[in-house]
Amino acid sequence: MVAVTERPRAVKPVERRKQSWDRRLQWVATHAIGLALGIGFTLPVVFVLLTAVMASDQAMTASLWPAEWHFGNFVKVFEQAPLLDYLVNSLTYSLLATLGILLSAIPAAYALAKLRWRGQNLFFMLTVAAMMLPPQVVVVPLYDLWVRLGFTGSLVPLIVPYFLFDAFSVFLLRQFFLTIPRDYLEAAKIDGCSEFTAMVKVLVPMAKPGIAATAMFCFLYTWNDYFGPLLYTGENRDGWPLSLALASFRGMHHVEWNLTMAATALVMAPVIVLFAFAQKSFVRGITFTGVKG
Amino acid sequence: MTATLGRAVAPSPAPPARRGRGARGRRRWTVLAFLAPALIGFTIFFAYPLIATVYYSFTRYDLVNAPEWIGFDNYVRMFTTEPLVGTAAWNTLWLVVVLTVTRVLFSLGVASVIARLKRGVGLIRTLCYLPALAPPAAATLAFVFLFNPEFGPVNRFLRLLGIDGGLWFNDPAMSKPALTLLVLWGSGELMIIILAALLDVPQEQYEAAELDGAGPLRRFWHVTLPTISPVLLFGVVNSIIFALQFFTQAVVASAVASGSSDVAGNTKYIGAPQNSTLTYPVWLYVQGFRYFNMGYAAAMAVLLFVVSFAFTWILVRQLRKASAVEGGA
Repeated sequence: MVAVTERPRAVKPVERRKQSWDRRLQWVATHAIGLALGIGFTLPVVFVLLTAVMASDQAMTASLWPAEWHFGNFVKVFEQAPLLDYLVNSLTYSLLATLGILLSAIPAAYALAKLRWRGQNLFFMLTVAAMMLPPQVVVVPLYDLWVRLGFTGSLVPLIVPYFLFDAFSVFLLRQFFLTIPRDYLEAAKIDGCSEFTAMVKVLVPMAKPGIAATAMFCFLYTWNDYFGPLLYTGENRDGWPLSLALASFRGMHHVEWNLTMAATALVMAPVIVLFAFAQKSFVRGITFTGVKG
Repeated sequence: MTATLGRAVAPSPAPPARRGRGARGRRRWTVLAFLAPALIGFTIFFAYPLIATVYYSFTRYDLVNAPEWIGFDNYVRMFTTEPLVGTAAWNTLWLVVVLTVTRVLFSLGVASVIARLKRGVGLIRTLCYLPALAPPAAATLAFVFLFNPEFGPVNRFLRLLGIDGGLWFNDPAMSKPALTLLVLWGSGELMIIILAALLDVPQEQYEAAELDGAGPLRRFWHVTLPTISPVLLFGVVNSIIFALQFFTQAVVASAVASGSSDVAGNTKYIGAPQNSTLTYPVWLYVQGFRYFNMGYAAAMAVLLFVVSFAFTWILVRQLRKASAVEGGA
């Protein structure tokens, strides 16, 4: 149980015993705090789930444990609101955007990481700047543009940009591509591969974990996005993704808190499932964005 | 998404000296082909709107009639007659200061605990990180419920301790602190980044400091902090940018807590209670896309751009300096 650390021989036995007790105490204390933190972070979700299966009148009381377990609440949610339509909208937005960045960001990141050209530094700095720009800064002319093109009320203004440029994805992919030795690409090119074939056949397979992480971040960001859909689909309920629908859910049919929490849990679930399958690439991607910059 | 800092590309060695014209020309076309979508996208979705925003900020524009040039009127109005923009700026400033400080310290604290764990590291790290993935709208909804004054678990727990819990999202003085707690709950990404940095601190340095008789506090101050300071600075930049664009949680919390029937089309409850959650981006949104004062919203956007650019510029320079001192780059 206790991690015994080797101490230098010269230390006197009494002192050694004292130190070992100190270490044990420290071990217990840090693990207790760690456990408390883990529980603390989990509790909100536990309460959401417990409330989600309560009867509606119990959800309005201060009791924490369901007196009866109403698992049917999760089904009721779908009856109260066209949740399936919203789910389809969310999936359309997230999946198409993710497909978009795979098509657009991989070549751009390849050019930044593996090709040499004038203006490379400048373009990289601009990408970083674009990434840091609050979306609200550029939103007025963009909205104007999409109104003129007649696409407001739909998901088109949200999806199309991903097929051309997404600063964060280009940045993250570049960071991953930099870690792949140039030698492999050179070898492929000596064998007669074009730059494009070298990218598709050599770099992409080698960078799979990085590409997967980027795709997941894109999926997550679009799944969670609220500002974009509010702006472009706000007036048109049929175009709403889940994030937007959920925020209006409670008021929409004067639904009770238990159903609201059931809906909340349902919107959180896919993200957690995604994470469960791909924990490693998530963590790798996160440390890449912050540390290996 | 996470805003991130990067170092510039290392200076590239000159391309092979002798190469035919045709090859170089072909090479140029190859590069261009790889970059074409990105360049088009960058121009349409960043460069053009950035410039156009400045133009619109000098106009009166309602999306229907043509923009009418009015000079500095929008800016004058912003700084003199319009009262709520001041409230919104104050709320955002509050968040920039409080959110940044608490988020970085809290993440550092949690990461320090996780870094010292010997058992169950994976599980606890996962539990602390997971909330960061929760969709902000859903997380906000959950917190409005948790902090419900009457039946929310938080106040119930406080009652057990003999403390009279507050009104939280329904009290102008408590709404921003409640939003801050919500953000702290979801700051797992920064925790992981700091944790990675903590685990990267060379173990020998600790042992050397320990032999010199340095206690845990001194070791933290003289060994840990200097080593991870670039990452902490990253956390500060990241948190400031996050606070400057704080939107979703503020809109959803104000609407749901005040019992609004509809979030998307309703401005009645935005900023509730008593405009305490009216952040700068929220007011920009209302001005531009609810009242259709697009010119005024553009002027607000220009100010937001100047402020966020200034913050990032200063901090990126600091970050460069810090990592140069450390000798890493």
